[in-house]
Amino acid sequence: MIPSGFEYHAASSVQDAIRLLTENEDAKILAGGHSLLPMMKLRFAEPAHLVDINGLRELKGIDRDGDVIQIGAMTTENELIASEILQQHCPLLVDAAKLVADPQVRNRGTVGGDVAHGDPGNDHPAVMLALDAEFVIQGPEGERTTPANGFYLGTYWTGLGEDELLTAIRVPVIKTGTGYGYNKLKRKTGDYATAGSPVVLTLDSDVCREIRIGLTNVAPMAIRAEAAEDLLRGQVVTEALIEQAAEQVMAACDPAEDLRGDVEYKTHMAAEMARRSIRDALARARS
Amino acid sequence: MAARAEDINREDALQGIGCSRKRKEDPRFVQGKGNYVDDIKLPGMLFADLVRSPYPHARVKSINKEKALALPGVHAVLTAEDLKPLNLHWMPTLAGDVQAVLADEKVHMQYQEVAVVIADDRYIAADAVDLVEVEYEPLPVLVDAHKALDPDAPILREDLQDKDNVGQGPRRHPNHIFTWEVGDKEATTRAFDTAEVTVKEEMYYPRVHPSPLETCGCVASFDKVNEHLTVYITSQAPHVVRTVVTLISGIPESKVRIVSPDIGGGFGNKVGVYPGYVTAIVASIVLGRPVKWVEDRMEHLSTTAWARDYWMTGELAADKDGRVKGLRVNVLADHGAFNSHAQPTKWPAGFFSIVTSSYDIPAAQVKVDGVYTNKSPGGVAYRCSFRVTEAIYLIERMMDVLAQKLGIDKAEIRRRNFVKPEQFPYKTALDWELDSGDYHTALDKVLAAVDYQGLRKEQEEKRAKGELMGIGLVTFTEIVGAGPSKSCDILGVGMFDSAEIRVHPTGSVMARMGTITQGQGHQTTYAQIIASELGLSSDQIQIEEGDTDTAPYGLGTYGSRSTPVGGAATAVAARKIRAKAQKIAAHLLEVDENDVEWDIDRFKVKGVPGQEKTMKEIAWAAYNNVPEGMEMGLEAVDYYDPPNFTYPFGTYLCVVDIDKYTGQTHVRRFYALDDCGTRINPMIIDGQIHGGLNEGFAVAMGQELPYDAEGNLLGNTFMDYFIPTFVETPHWETDYTVTPSPHHPLGAKGVAESPHVGSIPCFTAAIVDAFAHLGVTHMDMPHSAYRVWQKLHELGLDKHS
Amino acid sequence: MAKQHISFSLNGQQVDALVEPRELLVHTIRETLSLTGTHIGCETSHCGVCTVDLDGVSVKACTVLAMQANGSEVMTVEGLADADGLHAVQQAFIEEHGLQCGFCTPGMLVRAYRFLRDNPNPTDEEIRWGMSGNLCRCTGYQNIIKAVHSAAQKLQQA
Repeated sequence: MIPSGFEYHAASSVQDAIRLLTENEDAKILAGGHSLLPMMKLRFAEPAHLVDINGLRELKGIDRDGDVIQIGAMTTENELIASEILQQHCPLLVDAAKLVADPQVRNRGTVGGDVAHGDPGNDHPAVMLALDAEFVIQGPEGERTTPANGFYLGTYWTGLGEDELLTAIRVPVIKTGTGYGYNKLKRKTGDYATAGSPVVLTLDSDVCREIRIGLTNVAPMAIRAEAAEDLLRGQVVTEALIEQAAEQVMAACDPAEDLRGDVEYKTHMAAEMARRSIRDALARARS
Repeated sequence: MAARAEDINREDALQGIGCSRKRKEDPRFVQGKGNYVDDIKLPGMLFADLVRSPYPHARVKSINKEKALALPGVHAVLTAEDLKPLNLHWMPTLAGDVQAVLADEKVHMQYQEVAVVIADDRYIAADAVDLVEVEYEPLPVLVDAHKALDPDAPILREDLQDKDNVGQGPRRHPNHIFTWEVGDKEATTRAFDTAEVTVKEEMYYPRVHPSPLETCGCVASFDKVNEHLTVYITSQAPHVVRTVVTLISGIPESKVRIVSPDIGGGFGNKVGVYPGYVTAIVASIVLGRPVKWVEDRMEHLSTTAWARDYWMTGELAADKDGRVKGLRVNVLADHGAFNSHAQPTKWPAGFFSIVTSSYDIPAAQVKVDGVYTNKSPGGVAYRCSFRVTEAIYLIERMMDVLAQKLGIDKAEIRRRNFVKPEQFPYKTALDWELDSGDYHTALDKVLAAVDYQGLRKEQEEKRAKGELMGIGLVTFTEIVGAGPSKSCDILGVGMFDSAEIRVHPTGSVMARMGTITQGQGHQTTYAQIIASELGLSSDQIQIEEGDTDTAPYGLGTYGSRSTPVGGAATAVAARKIRAKAQKIAAHLLEVDENDVEWDIDRFKVKGVPGQEKTMKEIAWAAYNNVPEGMEMGLEAVDYYDPPNFTYPFGTYLCVVDIDKYTGQTHVRRFYALDDCGTRINPMIIDGQIHGGLNEGFAVAMGQELPYDAEGNLLGNTFMDYFIPTFVETPHWETDYTVTPSPHHPLGAKGVAESPHVGSIPCFTAAIVDAFAHLGVTHMDMPHSAYRVWQKLHELGLDKHS
Repeated sequence: MAKQHISFSLNGQQVDALVEPRELLVHTIRETLSLTGTHIGCETSHCGVCTVDLDGVSVKACTVLAMQANGSEVMTVEGLADADGLHAVQQAFIEEHGLQCGFCTPGMLVRAYRFLRDNPNPTDEEIRWGMSGNLCRCTGYQNIIKAVHSAAQKLQQA
């Protein structure tokens, strides 16, 4: 498994990376490389240019500013896990990162790469939907921000332009009264999800004031189960209601059959993961 | 008492049989100094890479090499046309068939080798592979083995159309390979006709791949001046490879050197000869330069030897107390595009007829049909003796099915049918002679250790609450140590094995064997055998294997044959040396040979304390002071042809909990009791058992090489192909009894494969047992969450109330 | 593609190499720099036999470009032992029979070395999780877990 030849460019700054993306036809960003390099080794991807952004220190790090946590796109999965800020203020991201791939891959794989690649199997996109995150994007025209909601358009198809670079992710702090859960079913360590579901919900004296249910790998892209959210919003969430929501989760699924399972299994597993995450989120919101 | 303590010290100092000696192999491995095939770098070495077919069945219309040859750094592109003048475009398989080295006008499977590219390095070779233009005309594909013999099935092997026998008996259809039948049909039919109860179950044993972490590869180096060929190769049987190379190349064996260096795991996958090896050898002969070929993981999973792929139907006839009166088995075996399974040549279904296993079954009958399909060839023994895993799976499943039908406890039905200790040696209905066993003791020990009754009670309570818990129990007997050359050969060479031992003047030892370790620790354990036999410290004993220029001819390491055959050869060769040493000792002590006796590490004059000669002293004398008429030196060779196979056995028990809503399974407990006869190194035995259990777990819970209806192989990377990690792997509990083999010089039986053979049906049994109260009698592997959920869903158990 | 010059520290020694941009770090280490202890197993970053230590973290060298190691510190299995002898993890793997065919062993050791630096006193579960990027076909993992525990004890006593 040997990749085809390409020109390698180590970007010296974000601006430089944008310039390299703009000037070179068929250029791709090399972040952690654990999605891109395997595809290149199988020659499913043969970019002419790779723009390596691993040297860009400014894309690393996790900072909290009031109710918002900003995470540099090149922050690795293991850095998410080790982050005290996230452990305290957004543990959902920590839990999700722990379920990504394996220890070595988590040392290279970055949250930005995971978010921007557009692979429905990646964990962070649905987590970002559930967190209502915001993406900071740099392009030739300057910086813009865009909500995670609406960013995912299809398989390997996102709202990121070809000459744009995701530089940071902003997630809200999870406050008292807000609970979260991430359940992911996978065949073994290192596998993508058969189905996964991150949930964030906020209780107001046991009434569900807000809820977001994300779904991983059960549609061409990460999605939210909005009908299920609508069903639970404004209600005291009972097991019976969760059951109805699970039905709505299944209705939202459009998975592709593969060796992980057929459409029926994946759909049912999406519902089961959502059930468990809703229960986890409820328990945490109440605690 | 003092003398006694001194004896124990002397014995301990030898580090011989029975001690958990640390491995001699390890210091080099832990320092990165192992020497595997891909580590070998020779001056001027080139790299080979293969062009492979995307189609499972197609005619090769044309191959255009021009663009590839134009790439700088490319030395050659070879196709079947180029190999034809050398008559190397096809090669013989170990099963009497032929296999295309490079596709000759037709491809019969996806990923089949079509052309080989030779280049300066592996990067250029990979680029050149993409530049070879092959035009194919796709043909109808045969994927389903059940349709292989249909009158209108596509004919796969046009090269065999005129042949009514491809080496394993008459065939009745162009896609038919053989029919193999054993047993007494009349007696079996009678047993079924008169039975109080009969049961029948169909089961599929999926196609699985041994997939050692090191893939297959070789470095071939042909010296044009001296016409000498050296090949470093990932082979479990280097001497057999040398014979095959000589047979197909015409180079005399004396000018062919095959070296198996360190092997990164084999598990049966590295027994055969693959097209990649042959193309590297041919390229080296053509170009006069060393050529390396190392496959990648996808090539490994897609083309090298897999195991199983057996569609089995089992039937038992029994009385109402569960005593089995007859067994009938029918198998449809999918062998893929070429019949290249690795079995002793006369055994097209290996030792599948061990299927009566631990049970006293008076009548049995087995029929196996082998067929071609458009899939990769294989059918090797994946960490088992030949087709034994399939056989034990079948009988253990059938015993459970019968127990369920009669409402008899699964342990009790086994106890009622066991061959009893006093019946050994026991001749089975299918003509094997079980050497020794004590099945009742093993079973009782396990049931007590795990509190079997307590587990059944817990299961009852769980069932009442709607929870799913299963208990799997397996009591198996293996057949290993092929084998007596009267019944077993490979390409006509009897399945003996060999040892050559030299004692040097100062008492150190060099020994070479015909087997080859792939992690089993031969350098450690063979030295222990020699240490105990010769009374010389195992640290002074050097073991070498794998180089056909220096090691005696042997059939290699697979089918748990190293200890039963190679270990026996080692013991016998050592005893020849000791016999000579006895004569030298008597000569030195000036007494009659019969007046001296062996004592741990020396010969003593009987009844005369202090009159003794240590083996070290004798070794020195062997080179300067031997009895008149005796030749100098102290060495011996033994080619050991075992009188019988050995029959290790065990009792395994598995407890599993099932998540009703996802189908995920959790193996809460796995208890494995093995009896491998005399135990040479308990530490290594335990390690082998852990590994075998883990490979069994992998097979039962997730491994398969599935094909879609168009013949495309799915899941040929480690993303999909299940190799359990630290996280999924259960904790293993091991135990043992010791029932020595009466015919083995040391009483040892072989152990490394029992845990694979025994654990797989045990996992299945546990999963099925979790559903048994709902009338489920069998579920096919792999028991992935997905598959288990399908059963849960079918039974409506996954509904949230 | 023109080859480019890179320079990095390998087991404490500064090394130079000319590499194509597409060259994988594992090939540079094994072939150009002739340290063959680091192995190649699956090539899709699943098996971990190519694990090396890169700037203080474990990575899979089959999925890192050699260019990306430019200016960094790399440690392979050959860098574990020092003048005083074998490292505690190496010794423990021998003592506890934590290896058989030896093919996964270098990656396993380099990973165990880093894991114990990050977590000097792990539980069984933490070892299973922390070592889960390395596959072994021979040992069934149990003795490796014992070896990592035993090395942890030795390192803590040291």
